[in-house]
Parts: sequence; structure tokens; C-alpha cells
Amino acid sequence: MGYKSIDEINEKIKSGKACIFTAEEIIDLVEEKGLKQAAKEVDVVTTATFGPMCSSGAFLNFGHSDPPIRMAKVWLNDVPAYAGIAAVDAYIGATELSEKRGMEYGGAHVIEDLISGKDVRLYAESYGTDCYPRKEIDTYINKDNINQAYLFNPRNVYQNYIAATNSSEKTIYTYMGTLLPRCGNITYTTSGQLSPLINDPFYRTIGIGTKIFLGGTQGFVAWEGTQHNPQQDRGENGVPISSSGTLAVIGDLKKMSTRFIRAAVFPNYGATMFVGIGIPIPILDEDILLKAVVKDSEIFTFIIDESVPKRSKPSFKKVSYAELKSGLVDLNGKKVPTAPLSSIKKAREIALLLKKQIVEGEFLLTEAVSKLPSTNKINTLEIRGCEK
Amino acid sequence: MKTIKVSMRFGQEIVTKPLTYHLIKDYNLEVNILNANVGLNKIGQLIADISGEEDKINIGLEFLKEQGVEFKIFNRSIIWQEENCVHCGACTAVCPTGALKMDKSDWSLTFDREKCVVCELCVGACPIKVMSVSI
Repeated sequence: MGYKSIDEINEKIKSGKACIFTAEEIIDLVEEKGLKQAAKEVDVVTTATFGPMCSSGAFLNFGHSDPPIRMAKVWLNDVPAYAGIAAVDAYIGATELSEKRGMEYGGAHVIEDLISGKDVRLYAESYGTDCYPRKEIDTYINKDNINQAYLFNPRNVYQNYIAATNSSEKTIYTYMGTLLPRCGNITYTTSGQLSPLINDPFYRTIGIGTKIFLGGTQGFVAWEGTQHNPQQDRGENGVPISSSGTLAVIGDLKKMSTRFIRAAVFPNYGATMFVGIGIPIPILDEDILLKAVVKDSEIFTFIIDESVPKRSKPSFKKVSYAELKSGLVDLNGKKVPTAPLSSIKKAREIALLLKKQIVEGEFLLTEAVSKLPSTNKINTLEIRGCEK
Repeated sequence: MKTIKVSMRFGQEIVTKPLTYHLIKDYNLEVNILNANVGLNKIGQLIADISGEEDKINIGLEFLKEQGVEFKIFNRSIIWQEENCVHCGACTAVCPTGALKMDKSDWSLTFDREKCVVCELCVGACPIKVMSVSI
């Protein structure tokens, strides 16, 4: 039975009477009050994550020069941007690398520089047309003079993820950080009990159109993320064991802050971007609250051997986030140190900030426009011979 | 009074000698062992802070050399730009001495300079480049 609607929660927010907790704070409250009473009293639970999310980037519209150009190739601070769209539109991907500086500077750094208000060098070439005669442009843009800039990240907010180790004899450099030989360390990368989709495992409230905190401003869930895989094996509490659901998100880059978006480089792997995201979960009934009080000890993932260069990598064992966060995990009789890659400190900061924004009436909740898919087949890429 | 950080390597033939004992007893030096990897029939490695009078440190090091110990004095240190750090924890994955650790109460990164052996692994592992080496 439902206790309240999103409209009713928004009315309470507007009148300053809403009752809001973070996904960590709510655990103790429910233990104290019981699920039924807490579900009646609590209106919103805030969740958050701040992790490296490669599948990120920004659409830019530069505005038209005089005479105008139909940009065919675009570089921003020597990082190529995709320009195969309209005349002055481009997409800068977070992981694209600088043609001059290589791995130390990528698309994520261009995005961070734009957010921080720095000038970014725009160089573009064209073949010239009757309507767009200019063939080359070399100038500077920044977030104040560019016509539009919005982040559109095709895959963020992974609902759980693997933990990684390396059984080989040499150090390997991966998107899961530097993995030491002979299982010298284990890295993991979700905020566990604070992570948005772990707290709403069947996507009951988070859906297409949900308003979210994105990089310091209000953004939206645009679509299910790429590789959205809701049919992953789940525990009894509904939480997927290993990576599953994902979100595509969108928001105005001009209003973002480098406090919540940071360019990153994983050594010998490449550029990526730390993205800070917070998502409010409206507590409409007991079941929604029950899922949102999930604890690190009830969330599991697999430790995968990243040294095996295959699509399907072998797993060592299943572990809980409580074990991972303890700092040491037993692997074949050896105590292996663990390290997070996603900032739990930053995730807490975002969950608390989102709570504050809701308390102060700056952030109202939205009903999803459409549900995220609950079934989805993941296709792999099979290699077929091509005619040369 | 002066303190230096030293990395020492000694061969299997001298691994059984009480070298730190002599540094302390004969040269009146304080030896604070930060990291040790010593075992019978293998090359030993020791990283320590050595404190004492400058001339005593010098003759102590001379003694180590005579005993066949190879040593290296660290004259660099790690600089952590804490204000720009996002506290992700990637550096803690590679830190061999536990100098870089997560504080479990608030998940902040903590840096214990005493334990740092300036191996520089954190400089490469930090995704946002807030770790560097002083020159």
C-alpha cells in the first residue's frame, strides 16, 4: 500500500516539512523506528556516486562565425572532437586523447577546463560550401562565449561493478587502476550502500526523465545507459551481483562545477572523468524504503582476474562491499589489501548536498516519464571476415 | 641532530649480522625501521629513518659500507596537494608501506610521511595528478 505520492512529497518540500535522509543515514533510522513507521515518516532518501565514468562527453554548439564555416574536423586544445553533425555542433568525448600531449590530456580535461571558465583553443577545418565558405578557423572559446554546452553521458551510474585483481607476474595498468602482480591488491569502484541504482534495484522510481544532481547542477536521466543489463543475477534483496543497470544522463555544462566533475588519467590506460551524481528516491511505500536501506554487507560483487585478456574473465570469489571496505580480503588464504577508485567521501558530500537542496526547496522531485527497461539482451560483437 | 631516510640492501652473507644494533650501540643513532624485508638465504632490504649527530651518521654510514651494505639516502619527498584531492583511493592501491590510507570514519585519504619511502608509485597511480615529488 502506498503512503504518499510524489506530488504530496513536493508539497511537503515546498512547505518546509519534508523529512529527508541520505541512503546511509536511513539505515540507522529504520533500525530504530521499524520499516512501517519510517516509511510513513520519511519522504526522500538521497543517493550519490563520484566515480570514474569513461562513457561521458559533451555536446557543444560553438555559434556561427562570419563568414560561417561548416566544421568538418574539430580540435579543442588539440583533442579531436566529433564534428560529423551540423555545421557548428560537435561532441567531445571524455576519453579522446590530445594529438600533441597524448595520455596526459584528454577530452575530460577539455570539459574540466570549460567548466572552470578557462579559454580553450578551437581549431576547425572544412571543405567549404556555397553556404559556408570559410575553410579554417582558429580561435578560443570558453563557457561564457560558447553558444551551448551540455554534458551528455551515454553510460554513467553503474548499478554495481566488478572488483579487480591481477594474478599474473607483472603489474598491469587498467581502467580499474594499477593492479599489482600475484594478486597484490584488489580495486573496487562503487559507493556501495550510497550508490543510486543499488538503492532502487528494480528502477521503481528512477527512470527516464528523473531529475538528478549532475556535476553540481540539476540534470536529468535521458535514457537507459549503454550496456544496461537489468537481467544480471540478483541477490534475494534484488541487488544485482556485479555490473547491471546503467543510466544515460544530461545536464548543462555551463552550470557545473569542477568540485563535482574532474578529469582523470589512469596510467597506461588513458583519460576518463570523475562524475558526481546524486539521485533522490521518493519513499512512496514500504517496499521502496526496504530497498533503500540496503547495507554494504548485503551488496555483493565478484573479484575478477583482469590479467586474462579475454571478454570473459575468471572470477576468484564473491565478496560483500563490507569486506571490500574493510581494507583486506582473503584470497586463497592470503590477505589482500583493497582500494576504492570511486570517492566515498565525495559521494557522501553529494548525498548531503542534495538533501540540503531538497530541504531548502531548491530541488523538487519528478515522476519518471518512462520506465527503464527491465529486460534487455546484451549483444556481443562477433568478428566476421570483411571483403578487402 | 639530523634525520635521514635510508634504503639499505644487504647480501645473504651479511643478513645474519646485527647491523642496526651496531648503529644504535656504537654510533648512538636512533633507528626507526619503516619497512623491512629480511630473511635467511635471501637479499635483505631495510628502509629506516636514522637520527643523530651529523658526524655520527656519517661514520655510521661508513660502517655500513664497510660491512658490504648498499644504501641510498632519500633526498626527495612526496608532495600531496590535499586541497585538490578527490579522495578516491587509487594511490592506496599501490602504496607499499601503508603511508597512504583511507580513514574509514569519513573516507578521507590520509598520508603518514613517516611511513613514506618515496617509491613514487602514487605519483603515477593518482588519476588527477595531485601527488608529485619534490626536487
